[in-house]
Amino acid sequence: MNIAVLAKQVPDLVEGLEIDPSGKALDVNYLRYILSESDDHALEQALLLKEKVGGRVEVFALNQGEARESLVAAIAKGADRAVLVDAGLDSPLNNHAAAQIFAGLLGGGLFDLILTGVRAIDDLDGSLGGLVAGSLDLPYAALIRKAEADGDGKTVIVQKEYPGGYAVELVVRLPAVLGIQAAEQPPRYVPISRLRQVMKTATVEEVSVAPPSQQPLDVTCLFKPEEGAGAVMISGGAQEAARQIMSLLSERRLLR
Amino acid sequence: MGTLQVSPIPDKPSVFFPEIASAEDKFRACLQCGVCSASCPMAKAMDFPPRKAVKMLMEGRFNEVVESNTPWLCVSCHTCAARCPSKLQISDGLFPALRAAVMAGGKPLPSDLQKALQNTYLYGNPMGESPRKRADWAKTAGVPVPRISQLRRPVDVLWIVECSPSFDPRNQEVSRKLARILNTLGVDFAILGHEERCMGDCEWLAGERGLFEMHIERNIDIFNKYRFKQILLTDPHAYRALRNIYPSMGGVFDVQHYTQFLAERLDQLKPLLKQKLNATVTYHDSCCLGRKMSIYDGPRALLQALPGLKLVEMIQNRESSLCCGGGSVTVFLDRFIQERVKDRLADQRVEQAVATKAEILAVACPYEPSRFEDAVKITGHEGKLMVCDIIEMLANSMGLA
Repeated sequence: MNIAVLAKQVPDLVEGLEIDPSGKALDVNYLRYILSESDDHALEQALLLKEKVGGRVEVFALNQGEARESLVAAIAKGADRAVLVDAGLDSPLNNHAAAQIFAGLLGGGLFDLILTGVRAIDDLDGSLGGLVAGSLDLPYAALIRKAEADGDGKTVIVQKEYPGGYAVELVVRLPAVLGIQAAEQPPRYVPISRLRQVMKTATVEEVSVAPPSQQPLDVTCLFKPEEGAGAVMISGGAQEAARQIMSLLSERRLLR
Repeated sequence: MGTLQVSPIPDKPSVFFPEIASAEDKFRACLQCGVCSASCPMAKAMDFPPRKAVKMLMEGRFNEVVESNTPWLCVSCHTCAARCPSKLQISDGLFPALRAAVMAGGKPLPSDLQKALQNTYLYGNPMGESPRKRADWAKTAGVPVPRISQLRRPVDVLWIVECSPSFDPRNQEVSRKLARILNTLGVDFAILGHEERCMGDCEWLAGERGLFEMHIERNIDIFNKYRFKQILLTDPHAYRALRNIYPSMGGVFDVQHYTQFLAERLDQLKPLLKQKLNATVTYHDSCCLGRKMSIYDGPRALLQALPGLKLVEMIQNRESSLCCGGGSVTVFLDRFIQERVKDRLADQRVEQAVATKAEILAVACPYEPSRFEDAVKITGHEGKLMVCDIIEMLANSMGLA
């Protein structure tokens, strides 16, 4: 089974986020990027499938942040090919533009499966998988937490999450695109000695593509969430606290 | 309980994560006497207690041990190795090798440990805190805590604060007190600040050779960039790494744990210890400072210098001290261990401390205050036993609280 994984860079929240003086973008001075968590799960799911039924895993990342580092890590984990996609743009691409680029690279029946994280924390948009599938006229299923190859090699059986703790099993005809919520098991650990060795020997292919006709996202304003009025601290013994809670609930008409 | 006379065996790079073949060679010296398993506080929960694990290695059945629960149940207390008549490095040699084999085989690691290792790779500390905030604790120390890069001159003492004393709120308070003590003693000291990274003991014990080497190489480069007479350490595990492992990788420095550093300055300290303590205190020998590095007397000398203090010993003390269950890498195996072992070592240790009728359990390792404070609550002794780092007790007596 030949699987493509789409890997996106997102800001690492450990350093905290600041807005730059333009008010339209994050301050990149101290920003570092990491692989989007759900894309890491997509890669893990791809590697698990490959280990069970054979085939190849190829990882594609737009040239942003520490994309090259993430691609090297993907090779160290077991990916067969890593491709850095350069569209010659400095600003991040929105999902429509990114989907246009990926669809151009991944069409032509090269892959049985295209996996991507179901959404990234920077835009919470979650549309990349669906847009790629739409462009390539492939089936798409999102919020997937498990994918197993069926015996005939023509379908995969996936678990899709629904609200309220429900999940359904779907049989998806291949080729297809899946939006991965979580892999069957947590993303694997790569010992650093292996990572350092791969850094020296592995090749990350670079592909230049024409800038997409869909323009990069035009941000008009970026702002931090406004702080609310704060919490009400309830003090006193259990009886007194209970009385206060009841009175607060009835004040706010939350009691019937 | 009597004290067992053992001498610590220095770590040698040759026993560091040996390939399985060379480990077999080394462990052929095993007599199969079983002292290790009998001494091990975790043996009863292990699929392969130490003696059996070595036997499996000798029989070429190491894979079965790698796939068992054994690699992740060792708390690195070093009792096995300290008592081994053949002087085999079990907890610091065999177990890191087992863990390295788990990693090399691509098998899943305990999730907390995996997260800690990933954080250490990315940020230089296992908590996943921003390296830029490493010296934030010093802002409220009340005394100057200079960064060596700012001083632009040689200093006498480079203080490596280490991860937990830099980021953990409970230990940050201890760090601030040590800064005040150093300041009062007129010590010419500086810290690395945001340039400081993990000293590597955790990675060593976790079997993460690549990460360990990466940090050691980087740390030695940083040390060589500056001029200082000696390194001062708050964390016994970092002390062990710098004393026993760094030299073999080209990093030869004069290093001291704070208990040694302050015990050497007792004459200067004593007149400053004015506030009477009036308490019975028992001291917990941490595995790393005690069994691994043979530092027993310095911490006790510091405690006995405190006016009004009565020092009593727990039933297991010095070389026979019972592990807190969470030194170095074991902190990140806590959940894994607790799911499999009911009796927490920290709880047992607190019971031993309570049995001495001590009011204070004194410690000298940053992993212990929060661990033992939890254990005091769990065992229902809250309000009866306080857990204090020796630094806190000295600072209080010096009026530096």
